[in-house]
Amino acid sequence: MDNSKKIKKMMLILSKATLDNVYACFILANGARMEGIDSEIFFTFFGLEAIQKEKLDHLHVATVGNPGMHIPTLVGGLPGMEAVATKMMKNKIEKLDIPPVSEFLEILTASGTKLWACKLAMDMFDLKEKDLIEDLDGVLTVGDFYGRAEGEGTHVLFI
Amino acid sequence: MTEKIYAGTPVSCNDEGYLNDLEQWNREVGADIASEENIEMSERHWEVITFLQNQYRNEIPLTIRKVGKSGVVTIKEFYSLFPGGPLKKASRIAGIPKPVSCI
Repeated sequence: MDNSKKIKKMMLILSKATLDNVYACFILANGARMEGIDSEIFFTFFGLEAIQKEKLDHLHVATVGNPGMHIPTLVGGLPGMEAVATKMMKNKIEKLDIPPVSEFLEILTASGTKLWACKLAMDMFDLKEKDLIEDLDGVLTVGDFYGRAEGEGTHVLFI
Repeated sequence: MTEKIYAGTPVSCNDEGYLNDLEQWNREVGADIASEENIEMSERHWEVITFLQNQYRNEIPLTIRKVGKSGVVTIKEFYSLFPGGPLKKASRIAGIPKPVSCI
């Protein structure tokens, strides 16, 4: 294959805090590194929950407004439904040797994935850097993020 | 399926350059494959290769997570020993099939 057309860097933007979205993002970022592709994650809006020390290991799957779950909306909204669905998904994930969120973040850092928090979203949610994981590479504006996306073979993906 | 010459002997490989039979592997073969990947092998490299081969012989599917938990090498060191796709490159040098895991 023409070397100039190869993917060289994946810039992932995680804007959601549901487990399925967080895992999709982490698996794509880690999978890139496994192929020798650079990867960076920009955590914005609810995506910031995935790097908040207090919250990251308590993320849920959404049982309402998620047609892929095949649970009627009214049933999905019953108390405890989200917890049950989350438990089931976590069991499945563990069986596939996919790590919990905290361990996955450690793997990503060790693998060379850069982790960035969105400045505007942090201000919006009144978050300070001390609320976020130690392994964070820094806090960026959108402009900074685009600056890091410069160069041939970079792809930007919004999750 | 193709035959390639490594360490002066013909070795059976698949289209992606992975050995078809671990029995045809020895350190010289591994070192020749490593030089194709621009990796100069050290004792540390061989320790990791031996671990991967043992996992394969025990039919344990390889993931980055398992390598990191092995106690043989940290994930960070694994990436620095085999830069640019460590699990794939190390598996190729080890003479075992390409890992099918996404993690």
